[in-house]
This record gives sequence, structure tokens and C-alpha cells, in this order.
Amino acid sequence: MTATDTPASLPAPSAPDATRRSPWGEVLHSLSRSGTFLTGLFILLFWVVCALFGQHFVPYDPLESDIINSLTPPAADHWFGTDQLGRDVFSRVIVGSRDILTVAPLATILATIAGTALGLVIGYFRGIVDDIVSRVLEAFMAIPVVIIALLAIVALGTSKITVIVVIGLSFAPIIARTVRSAVLAERELDYVAAAKLRHEGALHTMFVEILPNVIPPILVETTVRLGYAIFAVATLSFMGFGIQPPSPDWGLSISSNYGMIGGGFWWTVLFDALAIASLVIGVNLVADGVHGAFND
Amino acid sequence: MTEPKPAANALELKDLSVAYRVGRRDRAVLRNVNLTIKAGEAYGLVGESGCGKSTVALSVVRYLPRNGSITGGSIALDGKDVMKLDAEALRRARADSVSMVYQDPGKALNPSLRIGRQLTEIFELAGISGQVAEDKALAMLNRVRISDPAGVMQRYPHQLSGGMQQRVAIAMALANDPSMLILDEPTTGLDATVEAEVLDLIGQLRRELSASILFISHNLAVVSNMCDRVGVLYAGMLVEEGSTRQVFNDPRHPYTVALLRCLPRGGQRKDQGRLDTIPGFLPGIGADIVGCAFADRCALATERCRAEPPPLYDLGDGRLSRCHYHDKAQSLPRATPAEIAAVAPRQAPPVLQVEGLNKTYASHGRPLRAVKDVSVSLRPGETLGLVGESGSGKTTFARLLLGLVPPDDGGSIELEGKKLAPRLASRSEDQVKAVQIVFQNPDSALNRSHSIRHILSRALKRLGGLTGKTLDTRLEELVRSVRLTDRHLAVKPRQLSGGLKQRVAIARAFAGDPRIVVCDEPTSALDVSVQAAILNLLADLQSKQDVSYIFISHDLGVVRYLSDKIAVLYLGRIMEFGPSEAVFSGPHHPYTEALLSAVPKLDRTESSRIRLDGEIPSAANPPTGCVFHTRCPRKIGAICETQEPELAEAQPGHTIRCHIPYAELARLQKPKAVEPA
Repeated sequence: MTATDTPASLPAPSAPDATRRSPWGEVLHSLSRSGTFLTGLFILLFWVVCALFGQHFVPYDPLESDIINSLTPPAADHWFGTDQLGRDVFSRVIVGSRDILTVAPLATILATIAGTALGLVIGYFRGIVDDIVSRVLEAFMAIPVVIIALLAIVALGTSKITVIVVIGLSFAPIIARTVRSAVLAERELDYVAAAKLRHEGALHTMFVEILPNVIPPILVETTVRLGYAIFAVATLSFMGFGIQPPSPDWGLSISSNYGMIGGGFWWTVLFDALAIASLVIGVNLVADGVHGAFND
Repeated sequence: MTEPKPAANALELKDLSVAYRVGRRDRAVLRNVNLTIKAGEAYGLVGESGCGKSTVALSVVRYLPRNGSITGGSIALDGKDVMKLDAEALRRARADSVSMVYQDPGKALNPSLRIGRQLTEIFELAGISGQVAEDKALAMLNRVRISDPAGVMQRYPHQLSGGMQQRVAIAMALANDPSMLILDEPTTGLDATVEAEVLDLIGQLRRELSASILFISHNLAVVSNMCDRVGVLYAGMLVEEGSTRQVFNDPRHPYTVALLRCLPRGGQRKDQGRLDTIPGFLPGIGADIVGCAFADRCALATERCRAEPPPLYDLGDGRLSRCHYHDKAQSLPRATPAEIAAVAPRQAPPVLQVEGLNKTYASHGRPLRAVKDVSVSLRPGETLGLVGESGSGKTTFARLLLGLVPPDDGGSIELEGKKLAPRLASRSEDQVKAVQIVFQNPDSALNRSHSIRHILSRALKRLGGLTGKTLDTRLEELVRSVRLTDRHLAVKPRQLSGGLKQRVAIARAFAGDPRIVVCDEPTSALDVSVQAAILNLLADLQSKQDVSYIFISHDLGVVRYLSDKIAVLYLGRIMEFGPSEAVFSGPHHPYTEALLSAVPKLDRTESSRIRLDGEIPSAANPPTGCVFHTRCPRKIGAICETQEPELAEAQPGHTIRCHIPYAELARLQKPKAVEPA
């Protein structure tokens, strides 16, 4: 609802209010005019459509091998050529977006939920809680994701769930840090004191009073993290953790084909690599747009 | 310095119209403003926020925001048409002939450059550098009478107090010997004592320089003390103009009349009747105005006012009024009846009894005594006014009462005879709802994500223990008691004006039938007409509910209007405590005396003002003996430096912390004209 929807007989406050959009309307308006955001959104939506419906419109079954036609260079019947098992690289690239676009967003959502809760708690309580938890989080952030992944896979076995949990938990501290600093500024505002003067519990104050006001930085951080998560998922599947064959996943394909670049079969790797790059760039453009819209 | 020819006007606005582009529409902010400032003249521009005062200032230096444009008319500085200047000439004009001082000196100074550097930069622009520039910078600081100018040169802006920052900003503005000095709310946000100093300084500089001044302020008293002539802006139009004395003593436009009536003046008190208010709201920027812009809010308005826009009538003697009935303006009926609110019986036992309250913070390993040994008592239906400069411990004291900050061990706070736990968390539900607060800034106090309904319902649920139907009924009553309507419930705080937001904050504080409400500068962010309405509301609620207020304000007129008792705080200590009338009329503590004399008054009767030298000392390192001796104009000798005076009873219920005996204070303060030695 915009301010103009308020009843006409409401004593109209100062004039700018009458024409001002709601803060969210303002953000949407500025997003809809941001070339960065729209370009990123276009790329992202392209891959989302591929992930959802790709298997219905690709020319070949991405999993079906055709040994006779293996390693054919890009040509009219195989736009991106075929790999060593004769599978159509174009179809595999299109359908290969599916796993990464399931795992990375889920990991990001997990990271956002866990990070937001953590950040609210340490930002709200500050003091000793903050000191201890923040040091632990910093120590955790110092460990590379790959090492954590290795440990987790040894302990839990490889599965998409493991990847989601590993990436989700390793990104949570970063989001927690962003939320914490936003909460530190919020908690000094008088409405928090007013809540204390109503004997509100800490949970109510954190989640009902403060949380709605720190959504913007959380949204920005989430979109930025999504870009990193895509990269992390691709890295892990390249290393053989997480997404397993015969999925046409991009990281997996690069890992099984990169040895052949030396033999001149560049097309088996290039298009998957470009796909990863385009998705990461697309998400980062979206993130830039969102950041810009909230910080205008 | 280029002395302007006597004939040339320093500033001349002709039919100036300015519009801001909002939502693809140009909205008029200034409408055909004609204004002339003669060389060497100080011109005051007054009006409520949103009237276009700052837009005038920004137009003169062509600093309008990106969506603002001059849609008509002309601006001439020293006879030169500002609109015709190209970028380079405009830059030269800004560098050479016109300077501006803004409201917030903290933002006008570069936080990462030393003061000396920022000052010499100005001279470097003029081609002077090195030692000469530094000498000139030092001379500028001397000119604005800053203490220890050489030391200030080495410091960063954040190391200076607000008053010193504003002096530096003024020094910078004067560095180029401007012929036109624009001051946009230069003392808003400063303490009364500091404000008085800065105003004194501007007054002195005016005599030394030949600069003309455009002085913009919402504070009518400040303008009346500083300016020769004054213009009243309303909805982007000049509605009245004339010499300051004439406009303020004999206003000829109903808006000016109404504005002046909103101020609690001449020691007016709540039991002597309500303050007058201005009903309705300022027309929005860009509103289509048929007839007189003020007609909707004017009780004198007739059909003619609504249909025919009044011209700026020339009343002779340099007076102008944009009112068809300018001769009748002063007969404007009151918008709010003056009827006296019933005075509550005062013989009940105290609702609040504070004994020996202390609060010590640690500051760099040293104790900082924010509140020291404060004892006060307050009866039901009474208001205790807390007065003192910033840093005197007013807000800390309020936070101790509320339990937001725990006091040091020792002292006690008793509410209706029962001891209050130091921490909020260990107070009972009843005690929590009994002590509530109205914060200074409603934007910070109301959660911007919640609707008004959510905010008030939650308060009723938690503080009133209500649910379901009873809650809804009570919500309606509550909303009506602060003169809001159901329609306001659905909106978010940002959709309401400042005054309406403050009403919501008041409603929230009253949700659980409080015994004591702390009002921490509740009107300082509001325009005078809104302030009057809020003060009336607070007085009404008090007489109806027998609630007690702890009222904190830097505006002594406001404090006096609402308070029954006054506590004057300095460095966390009570310097004087007693019935409001006794404290205000004196004899009083020398600090109280200085505070009172710092207040700019509309009717300038007193010419001598007691000046407090220097800054308020740090509470981490308070002076020995009487903490006020470093600034006291009535210091009597060594005893003041070595021995802290007791808070002694001067008269029943009136205590003063001073070595000077009461009778002597009475003698000293009786003849107002006597200058302190």
C-alpha cells in the first residue's frame, strides 16, 4: 500500500508523504529501473527456466551416450559438440543447471536463517555472549570451505544434503556478522527501550521488533552469498564432493573432461565453465542491483 | 573587502518561485517571493518547517537539490543576477561574496581534517598559502573568540563541543569577508547557554563586519533578538514583513498572530490556561492554492479569503501583510479554549521519592559521576522539570528511574512507598507499567515496521493486560484521548507528521495507566504550533489521570509552563530544587540565573545577559569544591574552589547548593541591571 491509499480525510501530513511510495515500493521502483539488476535477473531467470523445463526442450537426452559420435566438435547437429561418451554437450549444459540451482539456493537459505538467528542473538545480547560467539565464528570462517566439506563428507557421506549443510553452515557466520552490525545500530533506538519498558522477552524484541527493520541488509547479503554459494557448489562437485555422476552438473562435467583440453577437445569444458561464469555474474549483478536499491 | 555602495541591496529576490520535482510533477515550494536585504542589514526569515525557509537560502547560493529548480523570478546578490552567472562566476561568487552557516556544524566540517587545515584551505583558494594562511586562520579563530585558538587549530572536529564547532563554522564562513552571510538555524540543537554565546558572537561580528545577514530560524525569540527586519513565510509565500519590533509586537497577519500565541510566554503556567494552537495543517508543497493559503486554518477567514488570493498589502512604514483583513488580524479568536484545567489536589503522599541516587560510569578507567547524590520527591499530579545543559545528567537520571540503567548501590527509588528494584527486569509488572516514557524523537521511539494499531495494541496487551474485545474498546478510548482517530491506526509511523507521531508515543506511554511519565524533550523536534498542542495534551492528561511527569527540556519557557517543581542539574548534581515559581522568580542559584538569562526573549527588555565562560567541564574530571566555580559569575573566593557547598534549604521546600547565603543572593539578584563583578 502506498501513502496515497490512506483515507482522504486523514489529516494529510506534510506534502512529500502524500506522494511517497512505501519503502518497499521505493525499492521495487528503483530495481525496475536498474539496468544492472534487470540484466542479472534476465541471466538468472534464463538458467532457472533451463533448470525447470530444460529437459523438455533440449535436442538430446543429456545422459544418453553415443560412443560412435564421441568427441565431435561443435557442428550443426551438436551445437556444442559431444563429450567422450558421445553425449550432447549443449543438452548437458542446459540441464546441468538443475542440481546447482537446487543446492546453492537451499544452502543460501540455510545460511540466511542460521546466520540471521545467530546475528540477532549476538547483536542483541552483546557483551560476553558476543565476545565468545564472535570469536568462534571468526575461527570457523578461517577454515576453508573445502576442508570443512572434506570433514563433513568423511563423517556424513556424500550427498546433496551434505553439500547444502556444509555450505549453509560455512556461510552462516558471514551473514551473522552482517546481521550483528545492523542489530547493534537498531538496538540503540528508543523503540527497543520501549519494548524493555513493556517487559517484552528477548525473543519478542529480537524477532518481532528488531528483525523487520534489519531485513534490507539481510536481503543484500543473501543475494551476495548466493553468488558465492554457486561457486562453492561448482567447486565441490568439481572435486567430487556432493553432486555425483551421472548428473550433467557443470562442475562435475568440467572435472571429468578437463584432462582432455590438452588433446584439443576444448568444447567439453568451455561451455560448462561459461555456464558457471554466467550464472555467478548474473547473481552478482542482481546482488549489486539490490544493494543499490536499498542504499539509494 | 568590497564595501557595497550604500544604494546597492545586498540581496534582492524578485518574484522568486522554486519548484521541486516529485513524482513527475513540479511542486511549487516558493511562490513569488519578493525580498530585499539592504547592505549591512540583518533580515530574519521565520515560519514552520515546510514553509520554504531553507529553500530561500539554497536558492540564493544556487545549491538547490537536484530535483529543485527556479521556475521564475530573479535573485540579485550585490546587484549581480545570480541566475545569469556561469559555473566559474558562480564559484567565484560563492568563494568571495556569500557564505553560509548550517544548522549542524558537525556535518559542515570535514571529520578527517584538522581545524587548522580546513581553515587554511580557504585562504589557499584565494591564493594565500604557507605561514601567512596559517596566521590568517589563527586570526579568524581569535575573531570568533574561541578559547585556545592555537590548540583548536591542531584538533579534529569531533574533539570540539557543538558550540566550538559552530564557532569554527562561523570563522570559516567569515574567512572570505563575505558581503552576505546566510545563517540557517545556526543555533538549533545547541544548549541555551551556548546558543546565547553564539548569538552574542554573531551580534558582535555584525558590528565589526559590514556583512548583511539572512537569518533563518523557527525560533521567533532568537530572530527577534538578532534581526532588524523579519519576514514570515507560509506555504512558500511571504505573508508578512516589517521591522522586527513591529511584526512581533503588532502582528498584522493571522498566521503571525497565531504563531506568537503558541509560545508559552511571560512565565505562563498550565493552571493559567491552555496554550493556543493552530488548527489543521500546512498546505502540502505544490498544493493548488485558491485564495489565501492560510484560510483553512484561520478563524477570521471569509468567503472572500477562500476565493480571492490576498495581495501583499502595503501598510506603510515598510510593513507588508498578505491578509485581506490585516487590520483585524489580532482579533483572531483562539483556536483552543483557554479554559483552565482542573488543578489536582496536591496533599497526597509522594508518588515518587528518590534518595541519594548515584550513577558512576567508567570512562577510560576513571569514574565518571553522571548522577551524584540526587534526591527528589514528587506528588501525584505534579510535574518535576529537569533543567540543565547537555551533559548535566538529566537523561541519565530519567534512565535510572525507568530502570533502563541500574544506579550505583546505596540510593533508593520509592514508588508509592514501595522500593523499586534497580533493574527493570527485577521490577514487578505493576511497577514497570507505572513508570513510562515519551522519548524525544518519535522516529526512533516508534518501530517503523509496525502499524500504529500494532504499536498501541501491544502496549495495551503488555501494560494494560488486555485482550480481545476489551483491548479494542480501550484502544479506541486511548486513541481518542490523544486526539487521534481510527483512521490513524492502519498506517505506519512514517505516514504521520511529527506531532501525530508524538501523540502515538504519548498514547503508548499511557496504555497501562502510568503513575509517572518521563517526558524527555518531547516537543523539541516539533514546530511551535504542534508543540503547543502536545503541551496542552500532556496537561489535560495529567489533570484527568493524576499522573506525575518528569519533564526534561532545554526550553525553559516550556518547562515553566508544565512544571510544579524544578530541579536544576549541573554535572550530575542538583544545584537547585524547589517549587517552579520560586526557582524561576528567584532568588536563585547563580547557575539557574545564568540559564534563565541565556534564554532569548521575544520582548527584549533586558540588555545585560550573564555569560557563562567556557565549556561545561567533563564529569570525569569535575572541578574541585563547587563544581560550578569555574564558570560562576558570582564566585566569592577560595571557599568555592575547595569546599563543595551543601544543598541548603533557602526557604521551605526550596534548596540551593551555593556558598552565598540566601539573603545575599536575594540582594545580588534584585537589581537586574547590575553587572556581575
